Amino acid sequence: MKPPVFEYHRPETVDEALSVLAEAGTDGKVLAGGQSLVPVLNMRLAAPRHLVDINRLADLAYVRSGPDGVRIGALARHAEVERDGPAHAAVPLLRQALENVAHPTIRNRGTTVGSIVHADPSGEAPAVLTLLGGSMKLARAGSTRTVPAAEFFVAPLESALRPGELAVEAYFPRPPDRSGTAWREVSRRHGDYALCGVGVLVTLDDDLRVAAARAAFISVGPTPVLVDLTDAVAGQQYDAVDWSAAATLARDRIEPEDDIHATASYRAHLAGVLLGRAGAEAAGRAAA
Amino acid sequence: MTETLHETRLVVNGVPRTVRVPARRLLADCLRVDLGLTGTHLGCEHGVCGACTVLVDGQPMRSCLMFAVSADGAEITTTEGCRAPDGGLGPVQQAFQECHGLQCGFCTPGFITTITAYLRDNPAPSEAEAREAIGGNLCRCTGYQNIVKSVLRAAEIQGEVVP
Repeated sequence: MKPPVFEYHRPETVDEALSVLAEAGTDGKVLAGGQSLVPVLNMRLAAPRHLVDINRLADLAYVRSGPDGVRIGALARHAEVERDGPAHAAVPLLRQALENVAHPTIRNRGTTVGSIVHADPSGEAPAVLTLLGGSMKLARAGSTRTVPAAEFFVAPLESALRPGELAVEAYFPRPPDRSGTAWREVSRRHGDYALCGVGVLVTLDDDLRVAAARAAFISVGPTPVLVDLTDAVAGQQYDAVDWSAAATLARDRIEPEDDIHATASYRAHLAGVLLGRAGAEAAGRAAA
Repeated sequence: MTETLHETRLVVNGVPRTVRVPARRLLADCLRVDLGLTGTHLGCEHGVCGACTVLVDGQPMRSCLMFAVSADGAEITTTEGCRAPDGGLGPVQQAFQECHGLQCGFCTPGFITTITAYLRDNPAPSEAEAREAIGGNLCRCTGYQNIVKSVLRAAEIQGEVVP
């Protein structure tokens, strides 16, 4: 339960970090908050030769909110994102979802961008990015590219990030006017990984009827599972939506698996129940 | 192979300390082994149990999920640093004693640091808030009832000493 030997790098600037990562190539791993990486090292499930500690890159410790949404730098801790007033006003789903990430102590250190790059299918942040149609800014020495959420999550614990790249920013678009969001999840114990969880985005028309709705599920597929529910609920009054057809649609799309924590059928059951609750809450917020 | 040692400066419980540690030395092991502060306990070593929680620049963090070298320049507060200014029991420690908030005591250091930081930001919690505040710390002896009482009692004690 002690980490293996690695070579430690602590760049002081983003450029320096990118040149170290370029040199390390496939042998390099970025250390941000370390709340997922260090357990993996402690248990010796991974042994990167070079660890690039980005905790000195204060330039990346930002949460910026604007008319188009929220941009979160690689060194912003979950707790900072969660507490940020302007970010909550622009994209309420961030706080709604992130307060479910482990415990406050973990959120004091863990970063939102790191959680996205970790690409755990149980992670809240990847699902928020997916639901809102956000994107990741990935830098390498000499160039930068932007990858939409839909292409970023490849497989469990596998993202589109390539060796030599540093995820510098996550962009969460502000939902359209007359929209509401909500997050619901169920876990065995307080702070555990969710057996199933869902974020919902509902947009209403001028008569307070559902114009569009979609959901992103966690822990029931290899990546966050995005489901467009518009066909199942469009046209219904915001406070009288029948979510059962949407639940059926979602159950057809998710791919839950059995494990020691829950059966696949129980997870599928949860998906429907949580969708109904989160959907009603999101629709209510959209009308408010 | 000989591991590279990194000179690392920490302010631990108000005292500047300099250590030379391999990069993989966990902050918890640095405190215990290099600095002899064995108040910080290691339970699970993967961030679940909370026994190793210390304050890093005032914020509770898992010292088993941080490398000491990453904490270079930081102020660290361990359970030893949660004492009263006169060296006696601090408010949270005194409350644990009065309310029987500990049995075997293994998990206690993580509770003391976590609760100290929590009460600094939330000086008068409700019972439900007290329960939520300790949600990230495991105790296998007490059943938590007396720990919740300790949080509330510590808030009382702090209220008495604050002018």
